[in-house]
Amino acid sequence: MKKKIDSIGFMSSLFAIIVGLLVGFVILLVSNPADAGAGFVTILTGPLTHGSKGVGQVFYYATPIILTGLSVGFAFKTGLFNIGASGQFIVGAFAAVVVGIKGEAFGSAQWVVALLAAVLAGAVWGAIPGLVKAYFNVNEVIACIMTNYIGMYLVNYLVSTNKDLYDKIHNYSKSVANTANIPKMGLDKVFEGSSVNGGFFIAVITAVVIFILLEKTTFGYELKAAGFNKDASKYAGMNEKRNIILSMAIAGALSGMAGALLYLAGSGKHIEIVDSLAAEGFTGISVALLGLSNPIGVLLAGIFIAYITAGGFYLQLLNFSTEIIDIIIAVIIYFSAFSLFVRVFITQLKKRREEKQEGGKK
Amino acid sequence: MDTLFLIFQQTMFFTIPLLLVALGGMFSERSGIINIALEGIMIMGAFTSILFISLTQDKLSGQLQLFLAILIAAGTGILFSLFHAFASINMKADQTISGTALNMFAPAFAIFVARRVGGTQQVQFANTFRIDSVPVLGDIPVIGPLFFKNTYITTYIGFAILVLSVIVVYHTRFGLRLRACGEHPQAADSVGINVYKMQYAGVIISGALGGLGGLVFVVPTSTNFNATVAGYGFLALAVLIFGQWHPVKILGAAFFFGLMKTIAASYSAIPFLSTIGIPSYIYKMIPYIATLIVLIFTSKNSQAPRAEGIPYDKGAR
Repeated sequence: MKKKIDSIGFMSSLFAIIVGLLVGFVILLVSNPADAGAGFVTILTGPLTHGSKGVGQVFYYATPIILTGLSVGFAFKTGLFNIGASGQFIVGAFAAVVVGIKGEAFGSAQWVVALLAAVLAGAVWGAIPGLVKAYFNVNEVIACIMTNYIGMYLVNYLVSTNKDLYDKIHNYSKSVANTANIPKMGLDKVFEGSSVNGGFFIAVITAVVIFILLEKTTFGYELKAAGFNKDASKYAGMNEKRNIILSMAIAGALSGMAGALLYLAGSGKHIEIVDSLAAEGFTGISVALLGLSNPIGVLLAGIFIAYITAGGFYLQLLNFSTEIIDIIIAVIIYFSAFSLFVRVFITQLKKRREEKQEGGKK
Repeated sequence: MDTLFLIFQQTMFFTIPLLLVALGGMFSERSGIINIALEGIMIMGAFTSILFISLTQDKLSGQLQLFLAILIAAGTGILFSLFHAFASINMKADQTISGTALNMFAPAFAIFVARRVGGTQQVQFANTFRIDSVPVLGDIPVIGPLFFKNTYITTYIGFAILVLSVIVVYHTRFGLRLRACGEHPQAADSVGINVYKMQYAGVIISGALGGLGGLVFVVPTSTNFNATVAGYGFLALAVLIFGQWHPVKILGAAFFFGLMKTIAASYSAIPFLSTIGIPSYIYKMIPYIATLIVLIFTSKNSQAPRAEGIPYDKGAR
């Protein structure tokens, strides 16, 4: 039974992707009919035409959005909408950068400490909406929107007023120490010239860990139960307040980790002091929705979105702007919201077919 | 005194768009549909109307052009919001997901089209709409400088819509039906109200006001549009909740947020505040922190429409 639902879910994601790509193709056609075909091929195969570097870049882009996707998806599974991934992401990035700049005393373990600091900071930031939801019944969506902006301004404030952290000329955070960069773990040999690093392995392992946590442990079951029906889980003797807070804290930890993995990637990333929310958090929503909140699905969805985003960069060679990719992703998400409709449609279709077969027998 | 007037006028520029968009959100949520797409709707409304202003600059100017732009902004908002209505009402989709998709779509679309039309992603426009001083009314002491100097026609439209909202929501049959759909759609249906129709109406109104709010946000504060409304759509959602889904309280909340925004943007020009030396980031954070605190105190008996966010299904009980 469970398998059946999953396959329908997969079908509805596939349906959304196909519609999204079709819309993208139509936009290409409208804006430049002559190059539309070539443009569409570029979206689909762009990263593959640039050798191992192109493929490596896909995994590099995928790393942080897999984690923000896991963050949003994990919260979804426990009945919460974590639109606050953006704030948790930047707070985590900040913690990682602080340890990355000031924590040279940790030596070769510096990147591990920085990563853990980011996870912790993200967890704290995620726990805030959880706390106010559990104890004061505050809608987590609104609380998350608030913590997004508070986190962004707080980080801008803390970076720009600290001489040790702030590079005034470029208006961004200083570079982290070399020992704070996540080791390449051999990926630089496989994908020469790309920025992919051990962070990708960490993302994959985390996805597996979250999968096991949700599907194979009592703790995960309790969290999901609280998501399905708060009152029922309370009646069954579970501590629903604690579960909400823990769910949000774990979601926050995952987003915080995403921040560390991006800013410790050794690819020259700095926290820029601008008044805009981190895009990775919102991309995480797309990734989670497309991956149906299943950790393994999220992993694949993250790679898929990174893949067409990378394809979008190559689109510029044909004078198409990369925003087409954002439009395609938005359309995919819009249609993936129709999953209920697709589900009903498919089951009706099956029913009709079965009825027909039965009718034939008679 | 002059500084005070200046602060007040500036505050109005931030308050009116928040007021309009939050009122839009109110109509949608009162009908039972959460409209998290307000940010995207604002962007779309601002984009088409600013593009219109930019393209007709050599032929049109002044209040007539602004008036036409207002119609275009509201119209665009309605069209765009229909996607949200279709997904949430007909397809029974998760309303936050559909809204998120529209929020992602809008800036990408605006940048894409702006590049096609003008070559760059910014749309430049000349602001010929500022009213230096309203004749006669502008000369009244105190009230004149507060409300009738250095202003825009959109400020008065904003207040007119506020008054209209109070009347519509609380003193018309339509308003009563709308509220019924947000509180208990099954009950509304049982007395013959077409719930789907009312919800469409709610979302469409939110689209019109959201689109208009986008234009009203951009015109006084900038001379170009860069596919963003700086999170004002999300802020308007906070205003809506801060104002507890009530039009007049929404005005109060919008004014508070607007004042904080003004202080954050121009505190160095305000003698009293520049001597305290609190960094601007603190002022930027205050509206969000304040909202969170207010939510903590009010959410236990929240005034939120009871059935919001739940797709209405005729067959379900």
